[in-house]
Amino acid sequence: MKYPYPIIGLEIHVELKTKSKMFCQCSADYFGKAPNSQVCPVCLGLPGALPVPNKTAVEWTIRIAQALGCTVPERSKFDRKHYFYPDLPKGYQISQYDEPIGINGRVAISDGIERKEFRIRRVHIEEDTGKLIHKGGETLIDFNRSSVPLVEIVTEADFHNSGDVKRFLEELQVIIRTLDVANADMEKGDMRLEPNISVLYLEKGQKWDGKTFPKYKVEVKNINSFRFAKMAIDYELERQTKLLENGETPVQETRGFNEKTNATVSQRTKEDAHDYRYFPEPDIPVMVFGKSYLERIRQSLPELPTPRAERLVAELGLRFQDAFLITRVKSTADLYEMLVAKMGKDKSQKIANHIVNRKVDVTAPVEEVVSAMEALFAEKNADPALLEKAVADVCAANGKVVTDYKNGKQQALMFLVGQVMRQMRGQADAADVTAALRKYLD
Amino acid sequence: MNLAAATLAELRTLLDTKKISSSELVDFFRARIEKHNPKLNVYLTVCDPESAAGTGPLAGIPLAIKDNFCTKGIRTTASAKLLDSFISPYDATVISRLKEAGALVQGKTNMDAWAHGSSTETSDYGPTLNPWDTTRVPGGSSGGSAAATAAALAPAAIGSETAGSIRGPASWCGVIGVKPTYGRVSRYGVIAMGSSLDCPGPFSRTIEDSALLLQIIAGKDPFDATSAEEAVPDYTAEMKKKRTFTIGIADEYLEGVQEDVRKNFDQTKKELEKMGHTFKKISLIPPKYSISVYTILQRAEVSSNLSRYDGIRYGEKRTAFTAEAKRRIMLGTYTLSHGYYDAYYKKAQQVRTLLIEDFRRVFRDVDLIMAPSGPVTALKLGEFEKYPFFGEIMDVLYEPGAIAGLPAISIPTGLDSNSLPIGMQFMANYFSEGALLDIGYQYEQETGFHGISKQLIDRYA
Ligand SMILES: [Zn+2]
Repeated sequence: MKYPYPIIGLEIHVELKTKSKMFCQCSADYFGKAPNSQVCPVCLGLPGALPVPNKTAVEWTIRIAQALGCTVPERSKFDRKHYFYPDLPKGYQISQYDEPIGINGRVAISDGIERKEFRIRRVHIEEDTGKLIHKGGETLIDFNRSSVPLVEIVTEADFHNSGDVKRFLEELQVIIRTLDVANADMEKGDMRLEPNISVLYLEKGQKWDGKTFPKYKVEVKNINSFRFAKMAIDYELERQTKLLENGETPVQETRGFNEKTNATVSQRTKEDAHDYRYFPEPDIPVMVFGKSYLERIRQSLPELPTPRAERLVAELGLRFQDAFLITRVKSTADLYEMLVAKMGKDKSQKIANHIVNRKVDVTAPVEEVVSAMEALFAEKNADPALLEKAVADVCAANGKVVTDYKNGKQQALMFLVGQVMRQMRGQADAADVTAALRKYLD
Repeated sequence: MNLAAATLAELRTLLDTKKISSSELVDFFRARIEKHNPKLNVYLTVCDPESAAGTGPLAGIPLAIKDNFCTKGIRTTASAKLLDSFISPYDATVISRLKEAGALVQGKTNMDAWAHGSSTETSDYGPTLNPWDTTRVPGGSSGGSAAATAAALAPAAIGSETAGSIRGPASWCGVIGVKPTYGRVSRYGVIAMGSSLDCPGPFSRTIEDSALLLQIIAGKDPFDATSAEEAVPDYTAEMKKKRTFTIGIADEYLEGVQEDVRKNFDQTKKELEKMGHTFKKISLIPPKYSISVYTILQRAEVSSNLSRYDGIRYGEKRTAFTAEAKRRIMLGTYTLSHGYYDAYYKKAQQVRTLLIEDFRRVFRDVDLIMAPSGPVTALKLGEFEKYPFFGEIMDVLYEPGAIAGLPAISIPTGLDSNSLPIGMQFMANYFSEGALLDIGYQYEQETGFHGISKQLIDRYA
């Protein structure tokens, strides 16, 4: 008896949010701009124009590679990848072939119980293409996106179910946002996923050896969200398994995911596979990174979300789920650690609870969050006379905030609560203070 | 004085002393173009430059520009019909630097289409004729710029070389041509042929003019990542240094050279010895390797560089490529194809490294290498195809230095028995353009280039 074993590898493209494009001075912020308004001879591929690499984009790619645990060799180069397509103005894309920025990385995901590692094969930098606009029977080309820096991350075929893919993508997004180098928004196309999917049949009880692959693989494009990524993979696994069960081998091809039907459709078969004729880009000298330069970048990397969550669990005894949630956004994690430092380690789980349960607004100015948090911890049973006085004093001293509150700004109340708590030197319960303020103001 | 024969320095004085205005100068050359261009086919586009009241060294002086340099608002075709209607929206860095120095674009000169050739006969707009003998070609690919300089249809010109495209036509037209070190002059805005080989450079009738033009166009360009950081020396001062040189001679460069050219080589050697320079035999890696390396690298880069003409823009389909471009695209595509890359391109790059090492070794012993600028003097129209052999010797003379990226100069050193100019070339170590100008200037001071350029200008009244 055999059983189907999914084998999935990922190719992920992430658009960097650098100010300028990869090889020219044009603005890389093309979203919503008038077509062909952010272009120059270089990104239009005009005769004679030459590419000059964006140093920031290269550095950010090194940051991504290092954050994904890659080795960054001291030597890296650009190559030309040739194919004809109307959105590719030079007839080749400047990419990286055999000497990418990063190789052999590793990313771990964890749910506090199980920790899984996925290998990264390579991380390289390239330029994005223009965009085709189909309109009234005509096809127009917008080159605003042409030459925007694009990082390609290729994993090994280490995924065997769609859930892991989705979690990995979420982790990758969080890592990249922590590095502050890209928006990594799938819906906007800042982050694009192309999974390679195939199914191998194994004997019952047999484990995959990690090196036997089916004779085919299917690449899926046009996936615009994490949810769709899972759906597309599940659909594809089911489709391929059915074919295999009928004794057919799925065709090696590129398929597109259709969001309306939740199905994949054939786009291109192996017969029109490209010979990209890679060769070293003669317009750009080989890049040589000094050891100290690479080390400096490594030192500047922020602590990454999952290792940080694991540290919080180890250092503070936090519940993993809370540590995980708190570390998804760097500023929230920073705020959390600041609050713990200020209010004491003994309160770490409670502080976490308040953040996770949204008892405080983590996007508010730091001082307000601190007061609000202090308020939440304040002792109950304050002297009603003192509280009444404090409420009156604070409202008198903050006329504008009071007006704001009366005009419907709920945040204003939180500020006033904080102020009253401060005047009460923490000797009041936040709920009491809130009630007293409401009574006084309404 | 004969305005046609005036040097850039003389024109500067005439303009500064208001003996002539810039617009008069432009009109003067336009009249000469109108008179001689119908026959010679030197210019593809004649401009109507607005003379700016600049103060730079070239303020108000018109120049001839090879048509593979992008010129803002001016048609730029690289002599290829595929770009027949392409009006460049930007200036090449060389052009913007010349403009900053006050220069005007007199017109765009004919060349082999996409710079694929050594005669201008592959131009989609018909060949340029050699002003010395209009049954002959001027050489190429910068034939139009060389002929414009020789026949004084411009005071000087700008061309580009991949392997021989400046030195060749300079020698066949009896003018000076400088091929700088790869990276010394920005390639930004020069329609690419072989990206790892292309070098823009000047044509002139005096060394001083070449020094002036090189001074203006040389230097690091933020728009060309392959342009060199090396500081640009004062070329006019370099030119006047009067160094005594040890000059290398390689037997490989003299095999199969026409008798008149060989005699002139010996004569030039004697003249230079009299001036105190010494000669030394050198040996180089057999040139057949350079030729293979050059052919593979250049064709590969051509096939890639021409893929941007994809039939979607520029108003022409890829079928508008003519025979030579198609041949090169096919060969280059083949060498880059899956499974062939290692055997061809990669191996060629490895041999290239060896050739560079070989030249470095030679330049530890000598300051310069001297060789004929061509194995023969100007060929008749159509004759190129009949003498594939000459083509091969020509390759020997240009390609080793070109793939190593070395600088070179070609200077006129005499006339053959048909009264056609002969040129000698000197190659130097990286960034030693100053030494090349120095040897050229010493020769010019001593011989006045035997009055070669004046003889021709007198014939083009
Ligand atoms: Zn641009």
